[in-house]
Amino acid sequence: MKAFTRHTGLVAPMDRSNVDTDMIIPKQFLKSIKRTGFGPNLFDELRYLDEGQPGKDNSQRPLNPEFVLNQARYQGASVLLTRANFGCGSSREHAPWALEDFGFRAIIAPSFADIFYNNCFKNGLLPLVLKEEEVDELFRAVESVEGYALTVDLENQTVATPDGKIYHFEVDEFRRHCLLNGLDDIGVTLEDADAIQAYEERRKQEAPWLFPAG
Amino acid sequence: MSGKTLYDKLWDAHLVKERADGSCLIYIDRHMLHEVTSPQAFEGLRLAGRKPWRIDANLATVDHNVPTTGRENGVEGIEDPISRTQVQTLDANCNEFGIVEYGMSDQRQGIVHVIGPEQGATLPGMTVVCGDSHTSTHGAFGALAHGIGTSEVEHVLATQCLVQKKSKNMLVQVDGELKPGITGKDVMLAIIGKIGTAGGTGYAIEYAGSAIRSLSMEARMTMCNMSIEAGARAGMVAVDDRTIEYVKDRPMAPKGEMWERAVASWRELKSDDDAEFDKVVHLDAADIEPQVSWGTSPEMVTNVGDRVPDPANESDPIKREGMQRALKYMGLEPNTPMTGIQLDRIFIGSCTNARIEDLREAASILKGQTIASTLKQAMVVPGSGMVKAQAEREGLDRIFIDAGFEWREPGCSMCLGMNPDQLGEGEHCASTSNRNFEGRQGFGGRTHLVSPAMAAAAAIHGHFVDISDYYDRAG
Repeated sequence: MKAFTRHTGLVAPMDRSNVDTDMIIPKQFLKSIKRTGFGPNLFDELRYLDEGQPGKDNSQRPLNPEFVLNQARYQGASVLLTRANFGCGSSREHAPWALEDFGFRAIIAPSFADIFYNNCFKNGLLPLVLKEEEVDELFRAVESVEGYALTVDLENQTVATPDGKIYHFEVDEFRRHCLLNGLDDIGVTLEDADAIQAYEERRKQEAPWLFPAG
Repeated sequence: MSGKTLYDKLWDAHLVKERADGSCLIYIDRHMLHEVTSPQAFEGLRLAGRKPWRIDANLATVDHNVPTTGRENGVEGIEDPISRTQVQTLDANCNEFGIVEYGMSDQRQGIVHVIGPEQGATLPGMTVVCGDSHTSTHGAFGALAHGIGTSEVEHVLATQCLVQKKSKNMLVQVDGELKPGITGKDVMLAIIGKIGTAGGTGYAIEYAGSAIRSLSMEARMTMCNMSIEAGARAGMVAVDDRTIEYVKDRPMAPKGEMWERAVASWRELKSDDDAEFDKVVHLDAADIEPQVSWGTSPEMVTNVGDRVPDPANESDPIKREGMQRALKYMGLEPNTPMTGIQLDRIFIGSCTNARIEDLREAASILKGQTIASTLKQAMVVPGSGMVKAQAEREGLDRIFIDAGFEWREPGCSMCLGMNPDQLGEGEHCASTSNRNFEGRQGFGGRTHLVSPAMAAAAAIHGHFVDISDYYDRAG
């Protein structure tokens, strides 16, 4: 997994709450058996005016000029600023895969849906929670200043604005550690293989019906 | 010290290790797999040269992509080559790793959250996970069950564990008597309408109270299923006689002396009387009316007797804008009576409402009736091959077909339209599924979430109706 330490990038504002994972990546693209290549279909139904299909040439499709990611000033954005409950709905990891493949490295919102939040960390994508009023301030700043960029620092758990204002965010220690170091957490868990085996031995005594194969 | 909640007990029983940084290793008893969220996980195992930790904890089926007609040709009959590849990939992966799979031609095939309980693969006291957010369904058995992403599917395959942080405890207490015709779906939609789609974020919800105790296992599954629509990854109900009766004699349930031992242990799966919850929500069962969603989020729901809300009355600007956007997408004017919305299609199915009780409920309303001529289509998609066979033994298929419904093969179908069952642009659908998101059931499709009883009554009339009329007449 790609590590995340510190990133400075152009901010795109997506001013709506409850953005669901069906919106982030519609179901027809979930038929892929790969974990790459979802970027061109990120927010497909908002981004294009026609219906997207796997294999369709996206460069020939009519773009929705009103959608934020289609606006010239937000081309190359790598930090997404959005509203509450981002990523609600399905557990599809294709959602963070699509965001990451598109070029996003960090998402800022007042809250995230639990499964989506968790999935982001497995893919080098940092979801970070700021207070509602801080998000409001950032929306005002992004919309008024063209080229507005933020610096997200996971080591210090801060977001820095161009004029030097610093916001602090919380993240739990294990997730932070894995993301900072780009760690494969399966490898970390397997270091505890003895503890898992010991648990299984104990459980086989307590609840043998959970181990019908013995 | 206060007592433990059901969630606390389940958590403690599965805690393998708490690390110095506060992260916990939680043991997983049952891992369900389907074709959409597993291929990349198996590929990950192969690339890392890893083997599954415990083969017999896994159970797989194909549900999301499978067509609901023309099943006699098996996998080869899937017209969409990308869908076919995904189904074949699951078959190949299960074959390679030795995982039991109910494939397309197996009668036990069905929606993953229907077949787990049906086969007794889901048992009280288990931890159950699957790469699907509606895994919360299995919590109805006093189990700790939740959806996971594909990286975690790989993690569970490789280690039989997940790295977790404990959620907070929420109690949703529903007391009193439900009115006739009010189903688990109505209760759950009313809860989501009350606490919102993020109301349960960060919590594990326990549903309790006399109204919940009175519900069947199927209805409890419907409620736990939609916990994720309230933002909670996991929902659960304490074990009682009904739970044990449902599990008894299921193919994978323990038998004989082992059964007795298991039951004795399962009887403890309830919150202690002095357990403390971080958040408590009360609903009075008698207040709950038939629910119909009007917008593009499950919290955008109201009583069938009410009108489409007016954004002008909403003071929060972000919510107001969300409502306006939803009404535009849904093609609805504020203050339209809910019973005035004309429907194009009816869908009875999904992991929320495709169990035998759901089909019985809908059939009881449709018996001797025909669907409105204004409808383009009405379809029933049973949750599994076993549900389908049971319904056919009871003659329910005839009732649906005689009324004008299509009687289909099991799968997720129009709940998310990954197979050919989809809404057309602008079409309104009364759906027993779980999500009314934009485009969910088809590009530009407009979903109204309802109970199977409401879907059946709406099919007869071509629009929503107060179904209490049906129950007054019957009873």
